[in-house]
Amino acid sequence: MAEKRLDEATGVETVGHEWDGIEELNTPLPRWWLYTFYATIVFAIGYIVVYPAVPLARSGTAGLWQWSSRGALAADTVSAERERASTLAAIAATPIAALPGNPVLMRAAIAGGKAAFRVNCVQCHGAGAAGSKGYPNLNDDDWLWGGDLQTIETTITHGIRQPGDDATRQSQMPSFGHDGILPPGEVADVASYVRSLSGKVAPGSAAAGRGAVIFANNCVACHGADGKGARQFGAPNLADAIWLYGGDQASVVASVTNAHAGVMPAWGQRLDPVTIKMLAAYVHSLGGGEKFAPGQGADPATAATAAAAAQ
Amino acid sequence: MRNPAPVATGLYEKRRGVFPARIDGTFRRLKWAIMAITLAIYYGAPWLRWDRGPYAPDQAILVDLAHRRFYMFAIEIWPQEFYFVAGLLIMAGIGLFLVTSAVGRAWCGYACPQTVWTDLFQHVDRFIDGDRNAQLRLHQAPWTASKVARRLLKWSIYLVIAFWTGGAWIMYFADAPTLVREFWSGQAAPVAYGSVAVLTFTTFWLGGFMREQVCIYMCPWPRIQTAMLDEKSLIVTYKDWRGETRGSLKQAAKDPGTYGDCIDCNQCVAVCPTGIDIREGPQIGCITCALCIDACDRVMAQIGRPRGLIDYATLEDAAKEKAGCPPTPHRKLIWHPRTLVYLGIWSAIGAGLLFALGTRTHIDLAVQKDRNPPFMVLSDGSVRNAWTLKLKNMERRPRPMQVALQGLPGAVMWSDAMGRDEAGRTLAMTVPADTVLPLRVYVAAPAGTAEQAFHFVLAATDAEGGGDRTETRFDAPRDDDDTPGDHERADHERGDHEREEHAR
Repeated sequence: MAEKRLDEATGVETVGHEWDGIEELNTPLPRWWLYTFYATIVFAIGYIVVYPAVPLARSGTAGLWQWSSRGALAADTVSAERERASTLAAIAATPIAALPGNPVLMRAAIAGGKAAFRVNCVQCHGAGAAGSKGYPNLNDDDWLWGGDLQTIETTITHGIRQPGDDATRQSQMPSFGHDGILPPGEVADVASYVRSLSGKVAPGSAAAGRGAVIFANNCVACHGADGKGARQFGAPNLADAIWLYGGDQASVVASVTNAHAGVMPAWGQRLDPVTIKMLAAYVHSLGGGEKFAPGQGADPATAATAAAAAQ
Repeated sequence: MRNPAPVATGLYEKRRGVFPARIDGTFRRLKWAIMAITLAIYYGAPWLRWDRGPYAPDQAILVDLAHRRFYMFAIEIWPQEFYFVAGLLIMAGIGLFLVTSAVGRAWCGYACPQTVWTDLFQHVDRFIDGDRNAQLRLHQAPWTASKVARRLLKWSIYLVIAFWTGGAWIMYFADAPTLVREFWSGQAAPVAYGSVAVLTFTTFWLGGFMREQVCIYMCPWPRIQTAMLDEKSLIVTYKDWRGETRGSLKQAAKDPGTYGDCIDCNQCVAVCPTGIDIREGPQIGCITCALCIDACDRVMAQIGRPRGLIDYATLEDAAKEKAGCPPTPHRKLIWHPRTLVYLGIWSAIGAGLLFALGTRTHIDLAVQKDRNPPFMVLSDGSVRNAWTLKLKNMERRPRPMQVALQGLPGAVMWSDAMGRDEAGRTLAMTVPADTVLPLRVYVAAPAGTAEQAFHFVLAATDAEGGGDRTETRFDAPRDDDDTPGDHERADHERGDHEREEHAR
């Protein structure tokens, strides 16, 4: 089979194999190729010595340089934290009310808040902060407890109806139907009245008219005579288009009958103040943030230029 | 008829040194010229200046990786315009096809960096050690002190050239004068030192020692070119029908009529930078540098025979010539259908790139809509959507611009830097020079607005003007939300638009 012969055209020996008349010349490899191969062997030995390489029963050889992917991650994390440290210190040193005056810092705070939001808040409020039934949408302009930076920071720090925090947001609506304060018919009437405030029921309807009296007797203390709510109690505005627990008749009846008292953890017990400040900045930036002082917003040209310059 | 090739004696073959002799002639002078031009471009180009005003660097050719810009004289390329670079690379590829189909392996013979630097280093060899014979003698001489000294001197010169080569490379990636200062004061980026070290080593090693081994064993391009050559390609050809049988002048004088023009002087082998014998026929080691043509022409002139025993010819033409026809002029050989097709494609891409370059806009608006949530209902019942607008100003000066809503009646917009109370149909801002400005805007439309398409219109409000217009979609709650699969969305909307309308 292996019949080596001299190739006439080139004078080179063939390797002796033949496939359908095609033969291969036994051209020698260049010597440096062999040396390159030896060099790779030397490199491999060096690699085995300095890097983790040989698997053992429990783990493996650690290598002279003690490298590990976990260690590399830890080093990266440390260096990233070192890079962030000055920004975080600046945010910590700036009162939240002064943050908007420093667009670069504000932008950093919003970015940091966005990251923290994805870890801590999306479970209830959703990835887009759009909430769902019972969990407020943070993008809109309706706030139960107030929507300026400081108020949001307070709400996040102390939570809502959270035991163990003395400064937590606290209020309790009576379960008007469940506790027998109002009979079912009156609950339905007051629900009709409440829905008439935002035009869902014609204001002149008989049910709404009856409900108005019941509302005046039972609800105005917290929700106000005009139904626009009161933020010191976290009492929702009933005259707007936004319904945390649904705005149809059945939902409103259910809300009046059993009442709702949503809770939120007091994040001050779990997160550091800088993270909370950044979270407040992020939530405020979602589009519904309110001003607490006149002239707070920078004009877009300056803000934009400053932001671009900071990039 | 042919020099016998060595029979393989082992698995591995030691490199036989190549010591090409000095030669002068048409093609050698062409090689000198091409070497001078390519090296001048490589070493000199980063030092050319080009005034671009206060907002951009003044280096004529600069790949600014940190700021993601590519500058080439009056042209500035942004990352999203990378298709220009891709187009240039395609042109370079097709250009190689074109050159190969027209003049064979001219790239290998004249313009390839491996060839140019090898040539340069071979000149250094001749400068330090003398011509071919002196080099051979020194190569075989024992390692005496004087040989060691000569080798060290030669390798130091290699190293200096190699270091310059590596050093010139990094100048394309940063402002050259600044980088030189930083480099020598130890303040340049580690990647700069790393690049210089790697390129110095590869130049030193590949140009100084590997030389023709790179072409014969390492480089894929000779294989590709071998596949692209056909019977119409110009290759360096030994006209064996004219040269054989080889015999010295003495033999020819003794026995007239028996011998061909080749006097077997071996000059073609002596000058070959890859150490091959062209008289064995076309082979992969031939980079078609044509130095053997120069050598043979000189000998032919000395012995009074016509030039061109070794010459550029196509296989097709060689067959004709063998049959007795006169040789076709090279000018005619270059133009054949394949060349014209490649030239056509190459020119079409070039024209397309020039057209794109001439008509590209320097102002651009890109819009990215928030998808989660797609829309919000505000407390007054109006519907709000949010976008991130990207205003691109490619001019090298800040420009005042204005974004306006077109369509979507009753809607207003405001940016995240202002309040809804300041909302309007337009937003004015200044976009800094050479920048993409991200701008987050909210658009609120009155309650009951249906889902619809509308446009953001960007206009520069300075004297030069210009602008862009981008269509996007305004999302709003639908009335038919009781379709399956929409429950989640219905939750988001808090049921404020449900069907039961007691009011009506």
